[in-house]
Formats: sequence, C-alpha cells, structure tokens
Amino acid sequence: MNLLAIVDFSVVEIFAARSGWSGFFTLSTLVVTIAATIRLATPFVIASVGESVGQRSGVLNLGVDGVMLLGAFGAYYTTLETGSPWLGLAVGTGVGAVMGLVYAFITVTLHAQQGISGIGIYLFGLGMSDLLFRQLVGTPKPIGGFEGLFEFSVPETRFDVAYPDLYNHSILVYMAFLLVPAVTLLVNRTTFGMNVRAVGETPEAADSLGVSVTRTRYSTIIIANSLAGVAGAALALEKGIFIQNITNGMGFIAVALVYFGAWRPIGVMAGSLLFGLVNALVLQWKTLGIISGATAQLAEMAPAAVTIIALVVVTNRIGQPSALTQPFRRGAH
Amino acid sequence: MKLHKFFSFVLIAGALALFAASCGSDDDDDTVATTAAPTTEAPAPPLRIAIVSPSASNDLAFSQSISDGVNALGDERNIDVAITDGTFVVEEAAAQIRAYADEGYDLVIAHGSQYGGSLEEIAPDYPDTTFAWGTAADTFGLDNVYAYTAAADQGGYVLGTMAGALTNSEVIGVVGPIEVGDAKLYVDGFKAGAEAQNSNANVSVVYIGSFSDVALATETAQAHVGQGADVMTGSAQMVVGAVGVAQNEGVLWFGTQADQRSLAPEIVVASQVYKWEVILQQIVDDMDSGASGGKAFVVTLENGGLEIAYNDAYDLPANVRQLAEDTIAGIIDGSISTS
Repeated sequence: MNLLAIVDFSVVEIFAARSGWSGFFTLSTLVVTIAATIRLATPFVIASVGESVGQRSGVLNLGVDGVMLLGAFGAYYTTLETGSPWLGLAVGTGVGAVMGLVYAFITVTLHAQQGISGIGIYLFGLGMSDLLFRQLVGTPKPIGGFEGLFEFSVPETRFDVAYPDLYNHSILVYMAFLLVPAVTLLVNRTTFGMNVRAVGETPEAADSLGVSVTRTRYSTIIIANSLAGVAGAALALEKGIFIQNITNGMGFIAVALVYFGAWRPIGVMAGSLLFGLVNALVLQWKTLGIISGATAQLAEMAPAAVTIIALVVVTNRIGQPSALTQPFRRGAH
Repeated sequence: MKLHKFFSFVLIAGALALFAASCGSDDDDDTVATTAAPTTEAPAPPLRIAIVSPSASNDLAFSQSISDGVNALGDERNIDVAITDGTFVVEEAAAQIRAYADEGYDLVIAHGSQYGGSLEEIAPDYPDTTFAWGTAADTFGLDNVYAYTAAADQGGYVLGTMAGALTNSEVIGVVGPIEVGDAKLYVDGFKAGAEAQNSNANVSVVYIGSFSDVALATETAQAHVGQGADVMTGSAQMVVGAVGVAQNEGVLWFGTQADQRSLAPEIVVASQVYKWEVILQQIVDDMDSGASGGKAFVVTLENGGLEIAYNDAYDLPANVRQLAEDTIAGIIDGSISTS
C-alpha cells in the first residue's frame, strides 16, 4: 500500500467515523467508558500497589505475573468446588503469601539475584497453574464471582440520572481502591513503614539502628505477593473463568506501573487508571466504529505507548529506592 | 555463602523443571491416545502423530478442535498421539516441531498460522517426515508439507443469518482476536450473513488485537452490551470471558471453532464446529498412497469438515432453525455467496 492509498484510506475512515463521535459524546457512553476504565485498572492497582511495598524495601519481584496466575487458579478452583468466592479470594491470597515466603527465602535468606529469581517464579507460576488446571479442571467451566455491591433496579425513567454502571462494581473493585490510602498510611505513617523505607534506602544504616532487614523484607515480600495473589483472584472471579495464562502479562505491566507511580500508591493507582482509560477509550472507539482497520491496529499500541512515554518522563524525575535489587549481607559494606 | 548459592540454584532449577514438565512434550498418560482398530491380524504399528498448538488443548476453541480431530482418527486406525500445547512463543513451538521430527513421528502438525515461517525452515531438514500446518493454504512448494484451513466464512454466514433473525435490538456485537486467518473469515462471513438476513442490523466488529487477552475480550463484550447488543459472537480462546458477559446480561451467543454450549447452556444458540478429522483422513490416505505433502485442504460445509452444532438446551424457534438449514443448503449448492 503506497502513501497515497494510506491517506485515502484514512480520509474514508475519518468520514465514516463522524457519526461515531456523536455517539461517543453521550453521557451513557462516557459512563460506560469510565466504568470499563475502573474494571480494567483493578487488577493492576492491587498487584502494583503490593509490588510497590516490596520495592520500597529494596526487593524487586519480576514474578508478579506467575503469582497472579497461581492466585487466579487457586481462587477459581476453590470457587468452582465450593461455590464461595470469599473462600476463593482467601485461597488466592494464601497462595500468594506462600509464594511470597518462597521468594523471600530465595532472595533474602539465600541472597539470590532478584531479577533471575523473579523470572523463575514467573515460569513456575505459568507452568504450575496450567498443570493444575489441566489435572483438576480440564475444560474451562464458568464460575459465579462476586455480585455487584450496589446492584438494585433503577426505574427506567431515572436511568439517565442514576447510571448504575458507574458504581455497581463488585466488592473487589472497592477493596482495590481502598488499598491505596491503606498502603499509603502503612508506608508513611507507621513504624513498620518507616522501617520499610529505611531498609529500601540504606539497609546498613537501618541494621545498625536495630531494624531487622531480613524480617522487614520477609514481611514486605509476603505482603506484595499476597496482593499479587489477590490481583489474580480478582481477575478470575471478575471474569468468572480461568484459562491458561489468563493474566496475559499483566504482572509485568504491574511492575512497570510501580516505576510509573514513582513507588507511591497514589501514583501507581494513577498509572493503572491511565492504562485502563486508554484501553477503554480504544475499545469504545472501535465499538462505535470511530476507528477501524489500520487506525485501530495502530491504536492497539496506545496503552503500551502511553505507559512507556509516561514511564520515561516520571523515572527521569524521581529516584528509585537506593537499595532496590541489592541483597543485604551484614558486614559486607 | 556457597551453600546459599547452591540452594538458590536448586530452587530456581526446580521451578524451571516444573514449568518444563507442565509445558513440554507429553508422551505419557494425559496426552497420548492409542486406539486400535479391531483386526484379527497382527496389529500394524501405530501411525505416530504429533501436534504443536498455541493454546491449551482444552480451550473449547482453536487448539481443542485439532486435538479432537486427531483423536477422532483413532476411531478408524491405530494411532499414537502426542501433543504439546500452550506454545504461544513461536521459538518454543519451532523447537518442539523439530524435536518431534527428530523423534521419528510420521506426521507433525503445526497448528497455528504463526508457525509457518518456522516450518518452512524446518521441513527441508526432515525429508522423511510429513508436516501439516494451518490454518493456511501455502505448502511453500515443499513436497513434505500439507496445508489446511477452514472455510470459516461459511459457518459464520449461517450463524450470522440466525443472529439477524433473532436480534430484537438490531445491534449485534462481534469480539474478534486479530484480523487474520480463519478468525477474519468467520467474522466477515458472520457480518455478511447478519446483514443479508436483516438489512437494519448494525453489526459492530471489534478486533481486540490479541488471541489471549480475556480481560479485554470481556470488556469488549461489555461495550457491545452497553451499545444495545442483544446477540454476540466471537472467535478464539479469549472469548470465554465474553461468553460470561453474555450469560450475565442475557445476550445470545454464537460460538465457533468448537462447540461452546457447555460454557453457557442458556444463551449459546449454536456453534460452528471444525471437524478437522475430515481433512486429516484425506492427508493420512494421501500418505498411505506414498505421498507426503504438497497439497492444501479446506474443511467446508460441503465436505462435512464444518458442522453447525445447535444447542438443544436453547429453545430455538423452528423458523430460525429452518432458515439455518436452508442457508447451509444454499451455500453447499452455490446459490448463496458468503461474501
């Protein structure tokens, strides 16, 4: 296709899209887009807020995606067998905590290189979740997750005012966004949080002041991985299904969002919402026929492109925890 | 310190080994199906068939269709089947295709159009091994490579006419993966069928750009519902989440590649099912006659390689069922064009 043909094609698409734009700028479509943004952002918020806690203590975990997969399977299988999404959520969290314990042992006690260990955890999670799914379930079977928290019938005549799509999310969505202030308080306003920050910046100094670097990092890694398990559980319970590699690399994006958010829960949440918003906008524009063909294919790259650009801008301005990825050995410095 | 390094190595190696065990070649219990045809003579050695596919072999979609097709061959002859699925990384798939050829499998099936480039390089190195790949029509001019594809537009058209007849809102949503191969054929056929049946129907097609992103497929289905869709369809393994949305919202669903009624018996109206065994039988017959490749095969409604599986649990109006049957007959006799 030559340049002229591409221009012609785009012009045709632009004319075809005019009617779609009028459909987009309606209150109901905007509400649906915002609701989709919130839903798409939820697993990222949970996983990346958790990972930010681990990284603030100096431990990078590239295995988030693998832990999410294990958490997703644990939650899915438990819910399938018991019919209780709450039990499923608990199992997903527990699986994450166990994986956190394993990862802490590898990286803190054994001082293994964090990047490689994280990839090992990812591969383990990817393979094990698939293996368990095949052995215990076989073919995908739908499960019932959490109901919308505020689901009630809105009179037809009031629908344009009420817009239940905007707030009728499951309890997991609300829990995800409540994590942000909770973790902010934990890291910034508690003794534990002060220890976490100290261990992430200068573990030698923290150690000399009597802070146990090992215990602190074990705690943060278990918190981070538990939340990765919750993120996976949220994905499986919200979608009501599990398939091989259901996360589709979400865990790696969650790690990138920690850098995007400059290791602050509020920044991480903003990054997750931005990622979700760009995805939701592209989706709505495609649905309404505003973009199609080559333009739509280009737009599919937008979420990743926006994240990378923002990542470059943010990480050039704000420094990371000084001891990030550095194992601590008493007396080594 | 050295002890710590040793433990680190053992733990990481263990994790990698478990991964390899779960994703690698499965030559034992769960993936090998050996079926002997009744005979009074000494049994002939089994035909050894290996499959490499990108998603899980129980995905109720693309990979399951080839797995079911190969296993169906076992009804007619003695076969020995090995499958490596979940090879969404093309380099891993290429290594496994080569490994199966090294192990002496008679027929190695590379089930994914993304494997074509690798197969074109590998096949000439194993002139005594027969390869098949799809969905594609190109044998690369190699005499040990068969190609196979599905005329998915045919079943898509049939399901589209049913969708056009069943929609009340006249808004129909399509959740597509990537605009290539049999997925594109299916979507194009479905849209043409719906619009031919119902000129007022607005068929909204969204390709999400992924075969595996369940979250995005789910949101796409939600977006279609938000725009008023009361009938939806989709292709590839990521649609399982979209089917869930359809079920929650009471929207009708049409499936393709495999029979998807088990996902949501209340709302799955019908599915286009690939019966790859039809062309696999032709490939095996061709191999029996001494050939080893160089031909392309297509499953169609006419040759029975495509079937429309109606969901008995869904109360399909008789006139819509008849419409579907008439459309199938029209496509087979050439009086209906799917484009």
